[in-house]
Amino acid sequence: MYGKGLRPLSIATVVSFAISLSLVFFYAPIEADQGFLQKIFYLHVPLAIVSLCGFVVAGIFAVLHLRRDDPRWDAYSYVAIHISVIFAVGGLITGSIWAKGSWGHWWVWNEPTLVSFLIVFLLYATYYPFRYAIEDRQRQARYASVFAITAGAFVPLNFLAVRMSASLVHPRVFATAEGGLPGSMKLTFLASIISMALLWTTLVKFELSAKSAQGQLKRLRRALDAPSGPPSSRIAPEVH
Amino acid sequence: MTPSRTAFAAILGKDLRAELRTLQSLPAMALFAVTSFVIFRFGLNRTSLSGGLAAGVLWATLLFAAVLGINRLFVAEREEGGFDAIRLAPIDRSVLFTAKVAALIVYLLVLELIAVPIFAVFFLNSARALPPLAMVLVLADIGLAATGTLISSMAVNSRARDLLVPLVLLPLVVPLMIAATAASEPLLLLGGVSYHRFGTWLMVLGLYDLIFALLGYAVFDFLLED
Amino acid sequence: MADERQTEAEPAIELVGLRRVYGERAALEGVSLETPVGSSLVVLGPNGAGKTTLLRILATLLRPTEGEVRVLGCKLPDEAWKLRGKIGYLGHEPLLYRDLSGRENLRFHARLHGITGAAAEARIEELLEAVKLAHRGDERTYEFSAGMRQRLAICRCVLHEPELLLLDEPDSNLDIEGREIARTLLGPGLGHTRVVVTHDPERHLPDADQVLRLEVDEPAAVS
Repeated sequence: MYGKGLRPLSIATVVSFAISLSLVFFYAPIEADQGFLQKIFYLHVPLAIVSLCGFVVAGIFAVLHLRRDDPRWDAYSYVAIHISVIFAVGGLITGSIWAKGSWGHWWVWNEPTLVSFLIVFLLYATYYPFRYAIEDRQRQARYASVFAITAGAFVPLNFLAVRMSASLVHPRVFATAEGGLPGSMKLTFLASIISMALLWTTLVKFELSAKSAQGQLKRLRRALDAPSGPPSSRIAPEVH
Repeated sequence: MTPSRTAFAAILGKDLRAELRTLQSLPAMALFAVTSFVIFRFGLNRTSLSGGLAAGVLWATLLFAAVLGINRLFVAEREEGGFDAIRLAPIDRSVLFTAKVAALIVYLLVLELIAVPIFAVFFLNSARALPPLAMVLVLADIGLAATGTLISSMAVNSRARDLLVPLVLLPLVVPLMIAATAASEPLLLLGGVSYHRFGTWLMVLGLYDLIFALLGYAVFDFLLED
Repeated sequence: MADERQTEAEPAIELVGLRRVYGERAALEGVSLETPVGSSLVVLGPNGAGKTTLLRILATLLRPTEGEVRVLGCKLPDEAWKLRGKIGYLGHEPLLYRDLSGRENLRFHARLHGITGAAAEARIEELLEAVKLAHRGDERTYEFSAGMRQRLAICRCVLHEPELLLLDEPDSNLDIEGREIARTLLGPGLGHTRVVVTHDPERHLPDADQVLRLEVDEPAAVS
């Protein structure tokens, strides 16, 4: 059931990436100070924003899981965090490349957004060892939800603390995403962020359907060994 | 239902009594802290510390010493059946959270009562920073106790108990450490106590305390379910 | 206490199609029964048949996966908070802190159940006398033998004068004297509703008003 809609979604993702990438390379102007390298901005910022939103969405799924006591919400939360962590790695790598290109260093400590992002990534990276250290499945799901909610509350607090600690704010090329950008860049940026969000959704759906297929396969195998209840399609995907 | 005050006093009293009798956590935390100061003295090759360096050494040491106590916070509940006993009692289950946070705050205060004066004797040339520093310590303790209790209660029911607390807690308290070190840094300057942005950072600490205390209180019920 | 007990015809325990699953494995499957107030239900069955699971569900420690559970008129798991405090639970673990003395442990449990001050002290002394541990009540339970811990656990179980006793192998680790003591405190014949899980049918079947046999992967049988 998780596979439903996957095909049109995948097509939409591919099309939107084709559009946004051609906008990036052929339409958006080359930035005066940084030259061609600045185009990594269209990859880096959407990756970071989508992964942060993904973490927040995972926290909302986790609240629903605790409220409704339905393991499917835990599976959603798990997959949302999983894909967002991958996006976060991409965001950190592209950020590092950008920093090297524009400031000459692979890492800059006085760029608060990047530093906050690293800390958020470090926290979510502990989700996996945390989750898999808990044996009982229901308890694992509940604890993972509590983690997702706690980490969700942590994200804004962390951004606040890091930003306040940055006494020396590095001169930034783009003051804000909308404000300082010329129209053509703004359009390209918007297209990039939409395609990145579509990619995130597709990957989440893909991962969910894969996990649920795995779970059903296991259940069918077990049903063949010892016939009991019929396998249900509404059972949560396997995330164990 | 048993009044929450009675249950709170029972759990907190039980914890403090057992710790006083066995001295399992506190001496280890204090010794760890003092030894860490000695290691920093040689690692940094300094005999006195000032400003940011002093704040960093102090807070890194206190945080790692706290982890030792946080690791052990729920061990008796886990191994001696206390979780079941508390779940069987007609009490609001969040009381276990508040009582454990209170117990941990007491441990941290005792640790600091020992470690901070020693830190001052080792590295500072005056004790003038200590009264304002006490405010920072208390505010940081509340936040550390709230997150520490939350993580510890989950880690104790896992396979990798001693591993999970430092692993998850450390990134989670980064904002707390940013605020605590930033508030302490001007207090610990060699030239004299300065209150640069002191109030602002205390507010960040207070915000952290508030958010994680409320969050822990709200979700703790789900951690006791089975 | 006695007049607070329900006198209506409503059963003390009512299970309809109770089911509990751990992961993929069903520990309990389709258990249905009604136990009247004041009677004794003896639960028999081999290891792994779900006896302890059943007891923990009745004690509100585990949530049922499916089915209806009503205990002393409270629907589980939604009304568990109303039920706690009316249950005396004696499990495999004594639920005692090793670093506290016997008296301190009982005092702790008394306070959790809202019994404080002189009333608590009197009740604790009465129970320690009954289990013949009064002279060692100030020692840490760390030093107690398994049998002594079980006696103390019996005190803990009945301390707050529960209406329903949930007993998992109440005689384990007890000598002959200890079993007699257990009988005087845990009944039968003291007005409690009792659920006794046991491997020793010879000893407990004579007291049983009702027997539940649990088998691994087979439907439960009530007689």
